[in-house]
Amino acid sequence: MPAELMQNRTQKIWIPRKMKDGRPTLPYHSCGPQLANSPTVIVMVGLPARGKTYISKKLTRYLNWAGVPTKVFNVGEYRREAVKQYSSYEFFRPDNEVAMKVRKQCALAALTDVEVYLKEEGGQIAVFDATNTTRDRRDMILSFVKENGFKVFFIESVCDDPNVIATNIMEVKLSCPDYQGCNVSDAMEDFLKRISCYKNSYQPLEPDGYDKDLSFIKVIDVGRQFLVNRVQDHIQSKIVYYLMNIHVQPRTIYLCRHGESEYNIKGRIGGDSGLSSRGKKFAMALSKFLDEQNLKDLKVWTSQLKRTIQTAEALKMPYEQWKALNEIDAGVCEDMTYEEIKEKFPEEYELREQDKYYYRYPSGESYQDLVQRLEPVIMELERQGNVLVVCHQAVMRCLLAYFLDKSADEMPYLKCPLHTVLKLTPVAYGCKVESVFLNIEAVNTHRDRTEEGKKGPSPLMRRNSITPFASPEPLKKPRMGSFDEFSASSSVDASVSMPSEMPTSLSAQPHLARACLT
Amino acid sequence: MEALSPKLELTQNPLKKIWVPSNNGLPCKPTLQRRGRCHSGSMFNCSSILLPVCMTNCPTLIVMVGLPARGKTYISKKLTRYLNWIGVPTKEFNVGQYRRNLLKTYTSFELFRPENEEGMKIRKQCALSALNDVRRYLSEEGGHVAVFDATNTTRERRNIILNFAGQNGYKVFFVESVCNDPEIISANIMEVKLGSPDYVNCSNEEATEDFLKRIECYRNFYETIDENADRELSYIKIIDVGKRYLVNRVLDHIQSRIVYYLMNIHITPRSIYLCRHGESTLNLSGRIGGDSGLSQRGKEFARALSKFIKEQNIKDLKAWTSQMKRTIQTAECLDVPYEQWKVLNEIDAGVCEEMTYEEIQEHFPLEFALRDQDKYRYRYPKGESYEDLVQRLEPVIMELERQENVLVICHQAVMRCLLAYFLDKSADELPYLKCPLHTVLKLTPVAYGCHVESFFLNIEAVNTHRDKPENVHINRSTEEALKTIPPHL
Repeated sequence: MPAELMQNRTQKIWIPRKMKDGRPTLPYHSCGPQLANSPTVIVMVGLPARGKTYISKKLTRYLNWAGVPTKVFNVGEYRREAVKQYSSYEFFRPDNEVAMKVRKQCALAALTDVEVYLKEEGGQIAVFDATNTTRDRRDMILSFVKENGFKVFFIESVCDDPNVIATNIMEVKLSCPDYQGCNVSDAMEDFLKRISCYKNSYQPLEPDGYDKDLSFIKVIDVGRQFLVNRVQDHIQSKIVYYLMNIHVQPRTIYLCRHGESEYNIKGRIGGDSGLSSRGKKFAMALSKFLDEQNLKDLKVWTSQLKRTIQTAEALKMPYEQWKALNEIDAGVCEDMTYEEIKEKFPEEYELREQDKYYYRYPSGESYQDLVQRLEPVIMELERQGNVLVVCHQAVMRCLLAYFLDKSADEMPYLKCPLHTVLKLTPVAYGCKVESVFLNIEAVNTHRDRTEEGKKGPSPLMRRNSITPFASPEPLKKPRMGSFDEFSASSSVDASVSMPSEMPTSLSAQPHLARACLT
Repeated sequence: MEALSPKLELTQNPLKKIWVPSNNGLPCKPTLQRRGRCHSGSMFNCSSILLPVCMTNCPTLIVMVGLPARGKTYISKKLTRYLNWIGVPTKEFNVGQYRRNLLKTYTSFELFRPENEEGMKIRKQCALSALNDVRRYLSEEGGHVAVFDATNTTRERRNIILNFAGQNGYKVFFVESVCNDPEIISANIMEVKLGSPDYVNCSNEEATEDFLKRIECYRNFYETIDENADRELSYIKIIDVGKRYLVNRVLDHIQSRIVYYLMNIHITPRSIYLCRHGESTLNLSGRIGGDSGLSQRGKEFARALSKFIKEQNIKDLKAWTSQMKRTIQTAECLDVPYEQWKVLNEIDAGVCEEMTYEEIQEHFPLEFALRDQDKYRYRYPKGESYEDLVQRLEPVIMELERQENVLVICHQAVMRCLLAYFLDKSADELPYLKCPLHTVLKLTPVAYGCHVESFFLNIEAVNTHRDKPENVHINRSTEEALKTIPPHL
């Protein structure tokens, strides 16, 4: 007898009414394929300055955005906690027994935290970021993984181009806490000696020999070539695909909304209205702004809604329409004002205030749905060079959350005002944001979190989500020197469009999202 | 003095509901030429769902490489099917086929002996003839991707192809299949070679023996793609049927997608079961869309499905549903855990949701006619088209390729899209594929294609299939429009 179903009020997911001990009798999932039953440890491998931390952080940011709780465990940070002051490369000499002991202990401490994260904190993926250049070390990790029933996937970065290495060192090593107070050439010289400490004992992964049964990807020469061995499951396949699409060429991504629309002026949501006269002025101003940016080869993307296309038309450049960039579908609430929604659907109105990320409009979408819809856009953005994306408020919040590593909780409240272009430039391990208001007045469409929203997600949601942890900070908090600490826990007023802010992406915050990776 | 506000006038294409620039209500010719072309003809919107990104400014030539019986044709056909389904016009060119057309009868492996000068001449001629057809397809017939399926095992042959591509402005991507596992090779021979026209009058033993000698003819001269000598080429080397891949210099979006696809497919035997939810209450009243529950008969179907699945004795079956009530109710009867995918939801009929066809004809006769004119590309106002559905379903197809035994409980339009992928149906055929209620389709990969078995589970249900009426003109009468509507309450 087919069980009676009830529809979860926030997400609009149908679940069986018959429940044993408050849990449904059969396991079910709200979206997409079930990700690895067992958690996965991703193990980075490679000499220093090969981009391991860059990859670790970027991959973690992507996975978290897509709803897979992921965290980086950087052994270097554990070492900095243990050995307060870095003296010189001598610490890394293979014959430095005392140091070797300390370094091993740091690795073990990190693995302990990995275990806690994956077993007790709801983590799905842990990225173990260290050189892991010897078989011994990797065998130790393999035992650890086996004992705990985790899956393991290695990512090795191999690169011998001295230009690339020197650039890496300049970009991220010189400003590292280890070299605070050193001049550039001293730091460079010391770091190069550090690298040579590892070289002699480096045992690269051998697909034809010792490591033929391991699952791994070897990234060669910053993505010119990849060797992929024994991909086991969906998440590893997605990780490989992601790694094969990212690049390190400098470029800029511009995000903005369509110009002010007729509906914006009336306070109506959704719909497919055209630009107001101020909106048209914005389109002209945007054209001028882009000219001044003096870009080589800019791609322009819009949604398939009239207002973004009209905006792009003023640019006198070729543009491409993506249905996936359409604004969030407000279902039965399309074309209404918030007052009308509150009057006609008071319960829906309140549910949305309580849990804006997971809330799905009846016959419509949620932010969570948007993320799934936008994933191919993100993937293609990673492949591209300079791109301008002319989109919509909710869509822009989702994209911005990806680039700035904002949690599911913050995402629906990111400030994306009309007539303001956000210019994103990758730098070091994160993204620099510049906010440019093009000086054409427009209505404000932003609604802050209400008192209801500040209480946190409703208890009804707990069942579908990873229990968020009260403890905000990871055990070993990194000291990032010149970068502003961008703590994902500042959720009260996520006013993100501050000019020249340099948020880095340290995905320390366990996220409220369910695996939506398709 | 402020600059005059620009008009920025747009008009919406009535079929696909795409906004295009216009002048006085009429769509204008785009003033800006993009490099390259979109196969749909429109400059600003590609119908290819690979994205609106016109991934090829230049066409792409995929060149297969490998000894016989390494799965080159299997990969060629499968890849071609996938690319066409997602909207990239692709065609495969099998040189063996050209040889069969030229030589009418195959005598023996001697044709392939390197010392056989006459044989070498003929075979080279066939390759060039195929390349000529490639050129016509990519440069004149609007093709985006051509798959050149032959052994291409020597550097010399590959250089000829590279020159050809260079002259014509095509990008080249090599797909090499390397495998030395004798079991896999003999399985391949059994599966697809023995049934080849070449061996139509031979016994299995004779055919196998001849084919193995054929492979030997190539082996001595086989120059595999070399990591060093071929560093500048774009390629993927598939080793041991997917255990390992070596990917070099992926140049663009389409190559990236091809690599991702190739890395997700496998050849482990399995079956995919496709069916719709049980009959719903809206089905009974002839209404489309909505989120209704199962009718009484629909619930009986759910029970019958459970029994059927048990009898099939399937190992490790995964079950997927949409997020609509009727598919979930259907799955609830199974003893199998199921997963809900929003992307498996039925096509969104926008303003026509929950209407009967009679009501659509009454309220939106123009829309109804347009839909009959081009059911694949027609997008409901504020809704979707089959074309949109295909884009939405691509991740499902990718995951189905990764999985083994799967049961997908979905909806009519969705099932048509998935079926079209497995059975290589064109965009024109897709929206009219027959996917009746209470019928399970079992798809089993075999040789180069898919074997389909249809199981009607013996519970009556309304017919929801509406054939294309004879008159699709916007000025047709109501009677003509409603002619092919299946009966309902």
